[in-house]
Amino acid sequence: MTQITPQLVREHGLNETEYARINELLGRAPNLVELGIFSVMWSEHCSYKSTRIHLKKLPTSAPWVVQGPGENAGIIDVGDGDVCVFKMESHNHPSFIAPFQGAATGVGGIMRDVFTMGARPVASLNALRFGAPEHPKTKHLVSGVVEGIGSYGNCMGVPTVGGEVNFHASYNGNNLVNAMCVGLAKADKIFYSAARGSGNPVVYVGSKTGRDGIHGATMASAEFNEDSEEKRPTVQVGDPFTEKLLLEACLELMATDAIIAIQDMGAAGLTSSSAEMADKGDSGIEIDLDKVPQRETNLTAYEMMLSESQERMLAVLKPGREAEAERIFKKWELDFSVIGYTTDTHRLVVRHKGEIVADMPVTALSDAAPLYERPYVTRAPATGTPAFDATKPVMESLLKLLGTPDLCSKRWVWEQYDYTVMGDSVQQPGGDAAVVRIHGTGKGLAMSTDVTPRYCRADPREGAKQAVAESYRNITAVGATPLALTDCLNFSNPEKPEAMGEIVNGIEGMGEACRALDFPIVSGNCSLYNETQGEGILPTPTVGGVGLLKNIARMATVAFKRDNDAILVIGETKGHLGQSVYLREIEGREEGACPPVDLKLEKKHGKFVRGLIEAGKLDTVHDVSDGGLLLAVAEMALASGIGAVLRTNYGPADFIPAMFGEDQGRYLIALPQKKADAVIAAAAKAGITIRHLGFTGAVSEMGEPVLQGVGLPAVGLEVLRSAHENWLPGYMNS
Amino acid sequence: MKAAVVVFPASNCDRDAAVALEQITGTKPQMIWHADSEVPDVDLIVLPGGFSYGDYLRCGAMAGQSNIMRAVKEKAEQGVHVLGICNGFQVLTETHMLPGVLMRNAALKFVCKPVGLTVTETQSVFTRHYKAGQRAEFPVAHGEGNYVADDETLNRLEGEGRVVFKYAPGENPNGSVRDIAGILNDKRNVLGLMPHPERVCDPLLGGTDGRAMFESLLEALA
Repeated sequence: MTQITPQLVREHGLNETEYARINELLGRAPNLVELGIFSVMWSEHCSYKSTRIHLKKLPTSAPWVVQGPGENAGIIDVGDGDVCVFKMESHNHPSFIAPFQGAATGVGGIMRDVFTMGARPVASLNALRFGAPEHPKTKHLVSGVVEGIGSYGNCMGVPTVGGEVNFHASYNGNNLVNAMCVGLAKADKIFYSAARGSGNPVVYVGSKTGRDGIHGATMASAEFNEDSEEKRPTVQVGDPFTEKLLLEACLELMATDAIIAIQDMGAAGLTSSSAEMADKGDSGIEIDLDKVPQRETNLTAYEMMLSESQERMLAVLKPGREAEAERIFKKWELDFSVIGYTTDTHRLVVRHKGEIVADMPVTALSDAAPLYERPYVTRAPATGTPAFDATKPVMESLLKLLGTPDLCSKRWVWEQYDYTVMGDSVQQPGGDAAVVRIHGTGKGLAMSTDVTPRYCRADPREGAKQAVAESYRNITAVGATPLALTDCLNFSNPEKPEAMGEIVNGIEGMGEACRALDFPIVSGNCSLYNETQGEGILPTPTVGGVGLLKNIARMATVAFKRDNDAILVIGETKGHLGQSVYLREIEGREEGACPPVDLKLEKKHGKFVRGLIEAGKLDTVHDVSDGGLLLAVAEMALASGIGAVLRTNYGPADFIPAMFGEDQGRYLIALPQKKADAVIAAAAKAGITIRHLGFTGAVSEMGEPVLQGVGLPAVGLEVLRSAHENWLPGYMNS
Repeated sequence: MKAAVVVFPASNCDRDAAVALEQITGTKPQMIWHADSEVPDVDLIVLPGGFSYGDYLRCGAMAGQSNIMRAVKEKAEQGVHVLGICNGFQVLTETHMLPGVLMRNAALKFVCKPVGLTVTETQSVFTRHYKAGQRAEFPVAHGEGNYVADDETLNRLEGEGRVVFKYAPGENPNGSVRDIAGILNDKRNVLGLMPHPERVCDPLLGGTDGRAMFESLLEALA
């Protein structure tokens, strides 16, 4: 029997107080298997011990919310008997150590979270943050992560329709891979993880268990040091082929009424799935590890309980339905084994080779997990209006911005993802939000992932509000009603008061925005300790929003549609350059206050724009965000091949801030002049700032589409397009 | 026209093919399981896109050895029409129902995008509704679509009017020799192509250039 030494306890990521508490809960010292189980269940990744008390501040309900946080994924009602099941989750640490497998299994894990609830996944999105392009590792990480996401999602046949890719030196040692999956189920066919009842068979389905991923959850709960790459064995290996079979087999079994509860084996594998299912079902579970399908010989109980082998599920069946379930899994050539039963003891009991190797109260693993009210300090937000050189030529700056790593086209990425499979991708990558048709209907789901980490660094509270507001805007811009969010809260070390301050303020800011916009959080996760050798990442509370588009025939897109449309800006342009991309890329400074978010105006403007789209009066809309107005106009022109002429009368001191400032709450719209007059009148009546910016359809003397205007020498769209399209492939192929 | 769509483990365009067939022919196709050894009495068998057997060994190699492919091959020999899309095309070359092989894309990356095609042969039941030389745009979505065959085979394919689709000049997404995107067998009842006609049958999805293929089949096989 292994002696439990203080050294061993520390290696399991538990401190002295936590270990003492384990002894108290068990009434004795744990054995090694039990120590391992506590180690993963009490890890930051599984227990949310640093964030639980703050996460309670987030709004999680609305009349359309069917299931909020706490299940495998969140669920919202999208009408006509359909529900949308979705969640976003981080796979940051594994993706840094082994980019291809880390990203691939991130996609696989989030898909299981969705289909374990009875939903067929219909779309994937990925929010990716990498280090500075010039950092020696960045290119390798981008290449591996993108290929990993593609390999898994493409094989699953689930379209990868959207996301973000950004670069910043703060991610040099900790890239972020936040994978979101959206699925559809019938409202009367939702499956939960509560293992209710006693004496019901617990079945293991999917792949066999191996030694991969042991202690993955513990790894994801510590900061990195220079030895981190030696942690490669803790990264799981994915097999999308098996997952595709598992998806089809699970949906086939779900069409029957044999299942009481089901949950995927994600982080902390067999341990967390069995403990969580028993906890939610207010029951106990007894499992026999000899019955677990194994792909390696001589696996110990410790290894089996902590393995994070992929593509596995645990289900509780109604008694007597085992044979029926087994037939389905055998048809799909998957392992199926009854490994135990539910009990009424409220204990998790694990047997191996005829002996009890672990026996602990279920609540010791869940409710009794440590809960920390960690000390935090709120850093004063960055303030001030930065100076800038008013003489810089605006068109040259636009060309430069279009070719920067953050604002350039991400075509190189999305063309490696199958975004058209399933035949419902009605708005493909490159727009404000992706839209996937609800199969067989005229309705669509709009989705977008958002966060502006540089704003969050300047002011965590305002930055988190902005993330929610931008998601709201992106979904609105296609004509959809924003319904709910999932979040991935990526922060650094919570044991440092300043980092904890970013977490607390970020969550509070996010909650404020969600409440104001009726946009609750229904699922998500936290990824802390994103820090390498003391250097933390920019606070990155990513949100993934989902909205309902009632009529896809009236969907709006960013592309200009016609010549001679009036281009209007909704929302006030004050010229806020603080923390803008312009300031960083053109002036070389990251400073000033981030743009404030007026949530009342966000809601008002959103409602106005949505109303126009829904009424069929507006088909061309673009959210104004990174890079400001001029960048947004250029994107609308590039998406269509139709030029534009801007007729503004800003003075020399105001021109640059107006063109590149990142004031919030704004939309660019384009529509025929006749309709524009009515819209301007309606906006005025509603008290909404609206401004005429120019017209579509400018061409050069040679007849080529151009972007031009007062103070803006004409530039051909093809010149802009080259700048926009060439940076990323050029970088990746260099 | 009666049609069937074969479902291999990890086929993933089987539903897309079925939706397009039903939309255009008005009849739901039968879905047939890879482990079955008989194909029902149909006019058209579709081998859909996807990652049959996880693309393990080689794309299409394991599917080529499946029970159902022995039956499909027999039906094809009897004159039943077979359409292999993407992974289905790979299966057809693996079973030698079509000549040549599909290698890893020249750029070594999976590629998904709309691609311009030239319809080079309209004397076939698959393409009679297109105009000769017409441009059509279908999406591609594959990692192994780089068509390779020896010169003799290629000359014969071209000489016999069996190259049905070519990538439009400058738009070859995978390095295929002579820009070949889709070919017929010598009896002209088996077509394999990498681009996805079933994904462009609905204007909301960015085009309807794929419809003419299913309309051609409907007219010829009804």
